[in-house]
Amino acid sequence: MSAPAMGTTKTAHSDVAPKKKRGPGALATAYLVIYNVVMTAGWLVIAVGLVRAYLARGSYHGLYYSIEKPLKFFQTGALLEVLHCAVGIVPSSVVLTGFQVLSRVFLTWAVTHSVREVQNEDSVLLFVSAWTITEIIRYSFYTFSLLNHLPYLVKWARYTFFLVLYPMGVTGELLTVYAALPYVQKTGLYSVTLPNKYNFSFDYHTFLILTMVSYIPLFPQLYFHMMRQRKKVLCHVEEYKTE
Amino acid sequence: MSRTTFFERNIGRITVEVLDGRTRQQLCFLDKVEPHATIGEIKSLFHKSYQQLYPARQDLKLDPKGKSLRDDDVLQNLPVGTTATIYFKDLGPQVGWTMVFLAEYLGPLFIYLLFYFRAPYIYSHQDVFTSSPYSVVTLACACHTCHYIKRLIEAIFVHRFSHGTMPLRTIVRNCVYYWAFSAWLAFYINHPLYTPPSYGDMQVNYALAIFVLCELGNFSIHVALNNLKAEGGPKCRRFPHPTKNPFTWLFFFVSCPNYTYEVGAWASFSVMTQCLPVALFTFLAFIQMTIWAKGKHKTYSREFKDYPQLRMPIIPLLL
Repeated sequence: MSAPAMGTTKTAHSDVAPKKKRGPGALATAYLVIYNVVMTAGWLVIAVGLVRAYLARGSYHGLYYSIEKPLKFFQTGALLEVLHCAVGIVPSSVVLTGFQVLSRVFLTWAVTHSVREVQNEDSVLLFVSAWTITEIIRYSFYTFSLLNHLPYLVKWARYTFFLVLYPMGVTGELLTVYAALPYVQKTGLYSVTLPNKYNFSFDYHTFLILTMVSYIPLFPQLYFHMMRQRKKVLCHVEEYKTE
Repeated sequence: MSRTTFFERNIGRITVEVLDGRTRQQLCFLDKVEPHATIGEIKSLFHKSYQQLYPARQDLKLDPKGKSLRDDDVLQNLPVGTTATIYFKDLGPQVGWTMVFLAEYLGPLFIYLLFYFRAPYIYSHQDVFTSSPYSVVTLACACHTCHYIKRLIEAIFVHRFSHGTMPLRTIVRNCVYYWAFSAWLAFYINHPLYTPPSYGDMQVNYALAIFVLCELGNFSIHVALNNLKAEGGPKCRRFPHPTKNPFTWLFFFVSCPNYTYEVGAWASFSVMTQCLPVALFTFLAFIQMTIWAKGKHKTYSREFKDYPQLRMPIIPLLL
């Protein structure tokens, strides 16, 4: 979702947003192209890693370990995107982007990395492959857009693949969190109990359950938002084509 | 009636048509409206045709994408001519400000007391209706309760509100926030396993003193702001000044000392109870009030050319 045009936040807020956005400067564009190319490459590495590991082992099981390091590196690297929004070189909402990236980082580190026992689950493969395909398409979309040479195929893929990948990823994520629950409860991972000096307590197990519940209102909203975007972006192009 | 009489009687009258802002459908047609009628009067006339849409719910504009018209705008002073086309938007159910504050403040008041008296089903069965051995817990309850009683008194007797109402959705959201947070912090302070402050009575007493000073300060500022509105009237706009009351001298340094004192009160409450959830609440309140203070400061600076340069929005010399 887009936010006010960058660099004009102080004055343009009350005005109608101009149709043509002021793009980032030349240096920022160069940086963003490099960033998006690197991220595309990184997720391609993960994709290739998954395929090679599957071919080597002959089964879907335990593929997480073969791509653990690049997954952590490139998914965590996405935090830079929050910075891009904050600085203004990308016209997106800091809050929305932050929320999306943090939820990914949370799943990568606070669930999959922290709870060893879930790393063998097939649900991990489910969300990792969903993320991989999504990110390869997304980052190449941004790269081409920045270079003003966006092939229709990439645009189509970006606004179509999500129809399957979103539910796939969400299913994988929810199943993984669910699998982690008994281990978290048993070990009291990341939990603080009373009594303590600062009169505070935190139950990670309950927190994870609440996280799962939050998918119920959030996922449909995001999904239908993408569907509306799809209609706007793809149908508009078709109208243009018929002229 | 002769033709000339008809003409004389209707000269200068304006025809008003109200269209839906989205569908452009005509909702209401008002014939022969007096040119010195106000938008407020138009809203009342509109309300006659649509029982559900009381004036506070109506948002009227001359341009569907433009600014909303004020209730005291006079028809002939607007760029309309003899036929006025006004666009309507439904703001949804509205709640009067007094009701808003009552709901927002009565909730935390009673919820905290539920926890203080350890009502059933909150803590374990053997703790029901017991009391804490620590005096700071009772003190905290007194402070919290007095804070909200003060707020209720201000809402009823002191504040004068510029807007009449607030949308229902906003009030529900605000209430959920205030009520949930007060339940959360009350839970820990009144917990059987509560740990009193590390530096004992000294910490509690100093924090209490600052809390009381900040509450008095906050009240003084509200009274000062209220008097400003009373003296000035709606058209005369002045910005607040320090008065004889020493608590208002903070106006030398900040535009919104009421927010400064409010943060101070909650910060001292956090120290007094040494409770992390209270500190978190203070932090979030600080962020929100800083945003409001900055907005107010900008409005003042823009409106008054002689606005004091020394003043910062909320924290003297810093923020």
